Amino acid sequence: MIKVDNVSKSFGENAVLKNISTTIKQGEVVAVIGPSGSGKSTFLRCLNLLEQPTAGDICINETMITSLKVNKLEIRKNIGMVFQHFHLFPHMTVLENVTYAPKKVKNMKKTEADEIGKSLIAKVGLTDKETAYPNRLSGGQKQRVAIARALAMEPDIMLFDEPTSALDPEMVKEVLDVMKDLADSGMTMVIVTHEMNFAKEVADRVLFLDNGMLVEEGKPESFFAKPQTVRAQNFLEKIL
Amino acid sequence: MNLDFSQIVPYIPFMLEGIWVTLKFVSASIVIGFIIGTLLALCKITKIPVLKVIADIYTSIFRGTPLILQLMIFYFAVPQLTGYDIEPFSSAILAFGLNSAAYVSEIIRAGIMAVDKGQTEAAQALGVPYKSMMVNIILPQAIKNILPALMNEFITLTKESAIVSVIGYLDIMRRAQIVGADIYRNFEPLLFAGVIYWLMVFVLTQLGKVVERRMRYSD
Repeated sequence: MIKVDNVSKSFGENAVLKNISTTIKQGEVVAVIGPSGSGKSTFLRCLNLLEQPTAGDICINETMITSLKVNKLEIRKNIGMVFQHFHLFPHMTVLENVTYAPKKVKNMKKTEADEIGKSLIAKVGLTDKETAYPNRLSGGQKQRVAIARALAMEPDIMLFDEPTSALDPEMVKEVLDVMKDLADSGMTMVIVTHEMNFAKEVADRVLFLDNGMLVEEGKPESFFAKPQTVRAQNFLEKIL
Repeated sequence: MNLDFSQIVPYIPFMLEGIWVTLKFVSASIVIGFIIGTLLALCKITKIPVLKVIADIYTSIFRGTPLILQLMIFYFAVPQLTGYDIEPFSSAILAFGLNSAAYVSEIIRAGIMAVDKGQTEAAQALGVPYKSMMVNIILPQAIKNILPALMNEFITLTKESAIVSVIGYLDIMRRAQIVGADIYRNFEPLLFAGVIYWLMVFVLTQLGKVVERRMRYSD
């Protein structure tokens, strides 16, 4: 469970997040949407402390991660993250990318890590690419490897930062399919996305951020059919 | 033309021995320069101000003064302070190694800065500790990018090594001078020394190309 309590984040004078509060339940899939510059990504990055909130608290499974005493690395072991631009390690093969963190961070034996890695790579449909280097892969394939890499740490929570925004249109589906399978398996997921249809279909709840504020939240059916706030109405009008 | 290469023939083994002598301290200096240079580069990119300042002052001093002066300080001046004599070999390694570290640190710093910030974030998001992240993820990519610049530094070091002759270290250069004094002819031994240096740099360049090709496997 992720409990976000009054979280704000400023970069200097610039307030990017303003008093965000929400609770994400175990197994819930939450889509975070909103115009660009609304603070969606910053919100997501606060959840694994890639950004340190300026104020407020975030509690993940009973651990207050915004406390100064907390070991960031320990927290992050439990939270997978997938980036817009993949950020695969270019000097490692697909299998090495996936098994690096289990080996280094969890001190897993190579044979064991390879086994887990291979099964995850199979799960995202890339068994034939195990020994390939990332630059030999298409965008969709890279993103699927990135998902497998995050899953290899066996996290409780997965964060997705616009995972399909850098992809060619014909590759979006293969990534969304993998994410949908993951959602069906009961993974807790927070997804910053512009794929409204995907949000509609897969998310249990939608958070609408605008100008650093959590303006509206609700079930996707009701949110997309009948947004309550003017700002959400305006936003949806523009994109749908 | 007054040229007679037959005169230096008896001295050839003596001059060739200089290759080993030069290589010995140049390779030691390269290793020292690379290790200290890497550590300095890491100091320069930390968020700890003290380390940053120390690394910057170090670089400023070693890049801002002539290498020959640093060499002479280590060999002639330091014993005056400490009361202990220092071998030409040790002072040469110290001067060249520490001097090279200053240049290497700047090259590596630039290389680290050029690695996509997303790499750091990806490693952090996976919970990878700083040291592993640097050693396994950032530095391999940085070094691949800066290999030509590093190679250049090693080549410069190899050539500039000739100035150790001023502290009487029997490298290739010094041996050429000794032979010149012996036979009252300078052109032949100096030309011979020049050819040796050129060959050494040529081999080093080829070696660099091989390493570069090896590291390009992931492109």
